[in-house]
Amino acid sequence: MLTNEEVRSKVLDIIADIALDDDVTGIKDEVALREQLDLDSMDFLDIVMELKKRHKIEVPQEDYTRLASMQSCVEYLAPKFNA
Amino acid sequence: MAKYDCVIIGAGMSGLAAGIRLSMYNKKVVILERHTITGGLNSYYSRGKRKFDVGLHALTNFVDPTERGRPFNKLMKQLRIPYDDFKLHPQNYSVIQFPDKKIKFTNDIDFLTEEIRLNFPHEIDGFMSLLNQMQQVNEVDLSNELIMAREVVRNYLKDESLIEVLFCPLLIYGSAWENDMDFSQFVIMFKSIFIEGFSRPAGGVRTIIDLLLKRFEECGGELRFKSEVTKIIAIDQKIKAVEINGEQIIECDNILSSMGLPETLSVLEENNHSKTKPLPRVGNLSFTESIVITDKLPRDLGIDATIIFYNNRPNYLYQKPSTLIDSQSAVVCFPNNFLYGNTPSDYTEGVMRVTNIANYDLWNDQLLFSKENYKDQKINVFNQSLQILKNVGLGSNGKSFEVLFKDVFTPTTIKRYTGHFGGTVYGSIDKSRNGQTDINGLYICGTDQGFLGIVGSMLSGISMANLHILSSSL
Ligand SMILES: Cc1cc2nc3c(=O)[nH]c(=O)nc-3n(C[C@H](O)[C@H](O)[C@H](O)COP(=O)(O)OP(=O)(O)OC[C@H]3O[C@@H](n4cnc5c(N)ncnc54)[C@H](O)[C@@H]3O)c2cc1C
Repeated sequence: MLTNEEVRSKVLDIIADIALDDDVTGIKDEVALREQLDLDSMDFLDIVMELKKRHKIEVPQEDYTRLASMQSCVEYLAPKFNA
Repeated sequence: MAKYDCVIIGAGMSGLAAGIRLSMYNKKVVILERHTITGGLNSYYSRGKRKFDVGLHALTNFVDPTERGRPFNKLMKQLRIPYDDFKLHPQNYSVIQFPDKKIKFTNDIDFLTEEIRLNFPHEIDGFMSLLNQMQQVNEVDLSNELIMAREVVRNYLKDESLIEVLFCPLLIYGSAWENDMDFSQFVIMFKSIFIEGFSRPAGGVRTIIDLLLKRFEECGGELRFKSEVTKIIAIDQKIKAVEINGEQIIECDNILSSMGLPETLSVLEENNHSKTKPLPRVGNLSFTESIVITDKLPRDLGIDATIIFYNNRPNYLYQKPSTLIDSQSAVVCFPNNFLYGNTPSDYTEGVMRVTNIANYDLWNDQLLFSKENYKDQKINVFNQSLQILKNVGLGSNGKSFEVLFKDVFTPTTIKRYTGHFGGTVYGSIDKSRNGQTDINGLYICGTDQGFLGIVGSMLSGISMANLHILSSSL
């Protein structure tokens, strides 16, 4: 069973690899990722693909909006990590 | 042998970038390259101890690493290559030299705006609104329709001589069309040259290629040299396999081809050709380039500009000449004149590159007629290049120089090394902007997808891999 904190840290690892030149240590959980980091739609595609590659987690296209902020990511992904 | 998810044809910039994206996400992918080295149009060679670049006068889209969301940073993010690894050195300044005007530009658009205010005061308002208009355009949208740029630009600018000046660098650095270009492509080129600007990686082309290759290897990608795709095999309009070197069959589900659209269709098995559609046309534009190595640096011979777009007519003719080359216009590049700061430049001698628009058919005739003739014509081109160097100011400070080495490549050289029909650099005028063809699983990337130049071709490889191979497998 992964805690929310552990899920957050796994998502953060992915984001840190994608947003290579950004500092991800100060991300605010409730604020949209797009507003804090240099991420565009190509990068969100990468988050989805990294989730699949590293954790075998599938995110269907209609759920992409659930990845908008760190908080919504954790809420949406925690059950999938623990499934 | 196991089937590949994707075969990539060509290890140029677009093929390598696509290869990185696909192997990064564990696709089984192989890049097939007919030549013995990577790079394609943007390659390199050595003569004695000297190293030469083939493409790459300058990398476009220069950005300060702190600026976010600009095309070059986005590309590197997609490839997971740190921006700093390119060790980019910005240009000093460039010049568009017409008979009665010299317009300078730098990597700061305000500088060009001032030049226009000074030289074309009556057009400054129009120029500003053109700039504004371009900020509203999403030039890389794959669904943009083809509109010719001159028509659009004439809504903002009335003075044809200013239009000629602005189009000159944009055409020769990125148009497959004669004397005009697609408006989206115009905006791409305008932003990448006039707004973002030029730089050169320390070490030139090799630095870019080495970074891409290293990344591709890290991702576990496979690359085969001396592997020319001689047939694309499809059944019921669906990709099955490719044949290499006329013998070996490699099975695959998808193909991303960077060899060009007419070139790709020419190896497609015959029964798959559409009966109704005309074949894509081969572009008309090819080039010669003279490489001149001198004992003195250009700045000691009176030139500190990085690139000079030279044009000796009131109008700029960007079209297939009726002679071997058009000696009345050229791009002249001085790699010594990037701002290297405290790092020593990799060139200790003077390096000058003079590129002219050339006629492929006439060069090919020369070669067929006799090798001797062909060689004589290359010497002719070299002598014309020396004249052009003088016309742009080399030796204007009274200093003389000695030529230590010279080389000339021609449209037939380009054809021989890259396979592009007609020795084109910007490919066909019939692009496949969304990369699709009539065959399921066969996609175009690079030159004939339509994003041109080094940055453009990488963007093309990445977008086509994302769109056609990665997104569809989610
Ligand atoms: C002289 C010159 C100067 C240039 N200067 C600049 C510049 O300053 N700035 C800039 O941005 N751009 C410049 N360019 C343009 C730039 O180099 C190209 O736009 C870019 O490299 C195109 O990359 P590509 O991957 O689309 O195609 P290519 O580089 O053409 O790649 C295609 C590859 O496919 C291979 N191939 C072809 N047929 C087959 C086959 N049947 N089987 C297997 N492999 C095959 C070829 O060998 C080649 O390696 C210049 C080009 C030239 C020639």
